[in-house]
Amino acid sequence: MQHGKYRFIVGFLALPLIIYGVFVLSPFVQAFQISLTDWSGLVGTANFIGLDNFERLWESDDFWNALRHNVYMLALVPVVTLGLGLFFAFMLNVGGRRKKNEVVTGVTGSKFYKFVFFFPQVISITIVAVIWFNIYNPDPNDGMLNSLLGTVGLDSLQNSWLGEKSIALWCISAVMVWGHVGFYVVLFSAAMASIPRDIYEAALLDGANRFHTFFKITLPLLWDAVQTGWVYMGIIALDAFALVQIMSVNNGGPDGATDVMPLRLYVTAFRDSQFGYASAMGIAMLIVTMTFALLTMRFARRERVEF
Amino acid sequence: MTTEEIDAVAKLDTPAPRATGADGPAAKKRVATEGGVLNVFSHGILVVWALMVGVPLLWVLWSAFKDSNGILTDPWGLPTALHWENWSNAWNDANMGQYFINTAIVVGGSVVGTMVLGSMAAYVLARFTFPGNRFIYYLFVAGMSFPVFMLVIPLFFVLRDFPGSTLLATYHGLILVYIAYSLPFTVFFMTSFFRTLPNSVAEAAMIDGASHTRTFFQVMLPMAKPGLISIGIFNFLGQWNQYLLPMVLNQQEEKYVLTQGLAMIALQQGYENDWGALMAGMMIAMLPVLIVYAIFQRQVQAGLTAGAIK
Repeated sequence: MQHGKYRFIVGFLALPLIIYGVFVLSPFVQAFQISLTDWSGLVGTANFIGLDNFERLWESDDFWNALRHNVYMLALVPVVTLGLGLFFAFMLNVGGRRKKNEVVTGVTGSKFYKFVFFFPQVISITIVAVIWFNIYNPDPNDGMLNSLLGTVGLDSLQNSWLGEKSIALWCISAVMVWGHVGFYVVLFSAAMASIPRDIYEAALLDGANRFHTFFKITLPLLWDAVQTGWVYMGIIALDAFALVQIMSVNNGGPDGATDVMPLRLYVTAFRDSQFGYASAMGIAMLIVTMTFALLTMRFARRERVEF
Repeated sequence: MTTEEIDAVAKLDTPAPRATGADGPAAKKRVATEGGVLNVFSHGILVVWALMVGVPLLWVLWSAFKDSNGILTDPWGLPTALHWENWSNAWNDANMGQYFINTAIVVGGSVVGTMVLGSMAAYVLARFTFPGNRFIYYLFVAGMSFPVFMLVIPLFFVLRDFPGSTLLATYHGLILVYIAYSLPFTVFFMTSFFRTLPNSVAEAAMIDGASHTRTFFQVMLPMAKPGLISIGIFNFLGQWNQYLLPMVLNQQEEKYVLTQGLAMIALQQGYENDWGALMAGMMIAMLPVLIVYAIFQRQVQAGLTAGAIK
């Protein structure tokens, strides 16, 4: 029996472990090795150069520029996305008409709203990028956003969007928010549905209005979900590769105004063939991501409310 | 959405075997008493957001029937005539047909592979005690926190210099990579799912003389069906929409998957050329996902948010 058991265990684990080891674990280890070399990709031409790549990275204005843009997005995108997500979820679940027998009610059609809001999550980021590329078309008559603004008489707000250095990054951030709000609406809705009704009932008897209900009951009880969502959205803000690559003028332009770390890495590696240097960027990204995740978990920790 | 994003969340939370998609309290009775103003207000805001999300998506649909000139110069106009030729242009001239077949082969292979290998590993890790069990489990789970960008460079060379023949721009190469990158979350999710299944049924099967392998395939897998559906949809969507991995590992045009093909057409065109075909191409790329989403709305929403809910 024992013999059969171990043969079974090995038989079931071997293939998944080999595939995982070859394509995920070994690249993870190799990334550190490559980052210490000046490798250009040809077999057998890598020289060990110690921490030179990291020194170069530290002094690279381009990389700091890209990192800064990721940090800007990290500061803005999660707040806005989670804020809107919470707001809509609250509307959907608690914002409905009062009914005689129920204390809190969702609005009618909440299922339909969730279906629509969630939609951008299931389509490819490439399609999202192409759609918004058209919305931001700079032509005052042809661009979707511009022509809409023109029609309602807000010509003064017309802009060249992605072509305008000062706002291009925010245009791309807006797409990120647009695409992810639905995810949080669904996530928070599920969490809200698990909050017992009698808590709301008690609050209403005590005379709490919806505003109080939200900040004193719903939000504290959702804190775990908010915290997790924050980390998740932060990781997305630290990426932004596909949107920038497809939408931005000249790959990260105009004039580097939308450059982000992953795009730097991609260009350095697969256009310039500086694989050692690009790997160092990868390690830097790992450090930034980990630092962010750990800081969030450290500072967002609160007493858990059991219910 | 890419799998690594979800993975990153899931890592931070304890396993949730199956998240139930909550549908707000059902509106059974329509007895309006109070809160009318707020109701109008909340509906108003919800409608505005629904339009902001829905109209751009519908725009793709109606633009797929317009001629390119119309898309460009009158983006808001409805089609004056149904230009079905956009679809055949996209399928044939813009090679979307080829990209569609490539994607179907790769995703078909990798979803099946991920499910089989992932649930095999998860089953063993969830239900057998042996030395190294925890270590292997955490080895898999750790993969959810690696940024894929850090791995693509070495991964490119692993595939390029693969013993035998290169795996770059091959179906099986891409399938293996998709499986490898989907395993962490699949193992994590299915392990917690197998743990929730009762022991007695498996024991009964063993007493009746079924082997471990048979017990797994004929007894345990059917019992794990709800979990398999959630994670299967999750993997299908993630792999169908995958962009970064094929961009790096699959750089031959005749092997392109849909996301690459669309990006290439879009980047080449700038604000000119055959927009009609591009819009039809986007519809072709979206259709399978749309069908899955329309049928399995609840499971899709539950599956994609599963990692983040307790």
